[in-house]
Amino acid sequence: MDAIIQTEKLSHLYSAGTPFEHAALVDVDFTAYRGEYLGIIGRTGSGKSTLIQHLNGLLKPTSGRVLFAGQDIWASKARTRQTRFQVGLVFQYPEYQLFEETVYQDIAFGPGNMGLEEQEIDRRVRDAAAFVGLPDAVLEQSPFELSGGQKRRVAIAGVIAMEPAVLVLDEPTAGLDPVGVESILRNIHDYHTAKNATIILVSHSMEEVARSVDRLVVVSGGRIPFSGAPREVFAHGEELEALGLGVPQVTRVFHRLRSMGVDIDPSVYTIRQAREAVRDFLRRKGGN
Amino acid sequence: MALRDITLGQYFPGHTIIHRLDPRTKLLCTVLYIVSLFLAGGAAGYAVLFLVLAACTAVAKIRPAALLRGMRPILFIIVLTAVLNMFYTPGTVLWQWKFLRLTQEGIWTAFFMVLRVSFLISSTFLLTYTTSPLVLTDGLERLLSPLKRLHVPVHELTMIMSIALRFIPTLIEETDKIMSAQKARGADFDSGNLFQKAKALVPLLVPLFISAFRRADELAVAMECRCYHGGEGRTRLRQLRFQGADAAALVLFCALAVGVWALGRLGL
Repeated sequence: MDAIIQTEKLSHLYSAGTPFEHAALVDVDFTAYRGEYLGIIGRTGSGKSTLIQHLNGLLKPTSGRVLFAGQDIWASKARTRQTRFQVGLVFQYPEYQLFEETVYQDIAFGPGNMGLEEQEIDRRVRDAAAFVGLPDAVLEQSPFELSGGQKRRVAIAGVIAMEPAVLVLDEPTAGLDPVGVESILRNIHDYHTAKNATIILVSHSMEEVARSVDRLVVVSGGRIPFSGAPREVFAHGEELEALGLGVPQVTRVFHRLRSMGVDIDPSVYTIRQAREAVRDFLRRKGGN
Repeated sequence: MALRDITLGQYFPGHTIIHRLDPRTKLLCTVLYIVSLFLAGGAAGYAVLFLVLAACTAVAKIRPAALLRGMRPILFIIVLTAVLNMFYTPGTVLWQWKFLRLTQEGIWTAFFMVLRVSFLISSTFLLTYTTSPLVLTDGLERLLSPLKRLHVPVHELTMIMSIALRFIPTLIEETDKIMSAQKARGADFDSGNLFQKAKALVPLLVPLFISAFRRADELAVAMECRCYHGGEGRTRLRQLRFQGADAAALVLFCALAVGVWALGRLGL
């Protein structure tokens, strides 16, 4: 596969030279491939937020390099700025960054900064609004009149409107109700398939990442202890628990069944797989 | 420099004797030190003041670099006063070009002025570095409590101060976050002329104000939920008590003020 973003021996020190100095990242080698749906999981303070802020050049590495499409993003000022548009970053609680008078203007802020034509901006704003399911009527409203969930959509649309090749989202579903969570995850998936964009979803919820991502990267203590397909990562059940992360609840149930002596496939991590595993088990049992 | 590296009003936790002194003592000592700064007349006085500052910094285990970094934002003011003093003090002319006249006295005045301003800033930084904002405002409230007789709302004023101090790091963090979020959408805060720069601040200031108001609102509700009703009849979790070390420190700084004054009278 073709790597789109890579970090080489990336380290980052916060507050260097004060008593508060601490290393948020230590020699991290991270890769995201073109067109993949990648999940990053880690506890609060594990360094995952620091890592993603390096991907679009918001933070400068203390040491190491960040490559976008094989080129160092810090090679020149222009390149760093270009990377910001190609790697869209949606922060945690992005609704607090809204500032314009209307939703339309707020979504147009990013494309406007790219120096696009009026018509192109208009197309992108409408496309982005459609991706996150905002009706046309909302576009002329003030973003401050909307509900929390709607605001979150506007903020995500503001990044999608730049049509980045890589979309990074930091806990995009934090604080939303289950219906809101579902629809935001579906919107992200729609963008992924429609634009063949690389998605990097940051979360601490195993359930949430387990069912959407192709590959998982675990961040802990500023390092990456495991990465791979969800099935492989969840096989490290006990190590994950030790890192304070745990595995999806279904996986835990199946691990427990296994240790109770039930002959069942323990490597499930979604409800659908669980159903298959149980059916399979019953079929075999019925055959006996 | 990232915003989060600003050290204004920052507290470096520690367990040194200076950290443990009563906040009232530290406040009074700082005031005495500043008074001494203005009483100092010559090199000897400044040398003594420098030694006291250096000793306190060493005892508090504060790295000198931290004090210097705190001074960075006011570097411009220091340089400006120095230059103005150099050229506008009358006396023996060393060098002249058109209306600019560099005098020997001017250089000395400028030198002492720089020392005075930097010692002043450093001593107050030392106070905030070694005293947590809560304890500091507590001490201030107690020190100012005689003014209550004159119907000065001391408790309310110090409460405002401690809330303000409490929210400085929060707002800095928030600013940092919003700035990053807007930069991720291609906002450019660094280039352009003054007008463009001011305009570029709108995407930062609007969300910042909104969040500050939201926080204020939430804090007010939280305080009301815990039955806050002002200072009357309010007791404290931490009772302030003067210890032996406090008396010693106060005597020391009084002696410092008198000593520096005496040195100044002798023209040293």
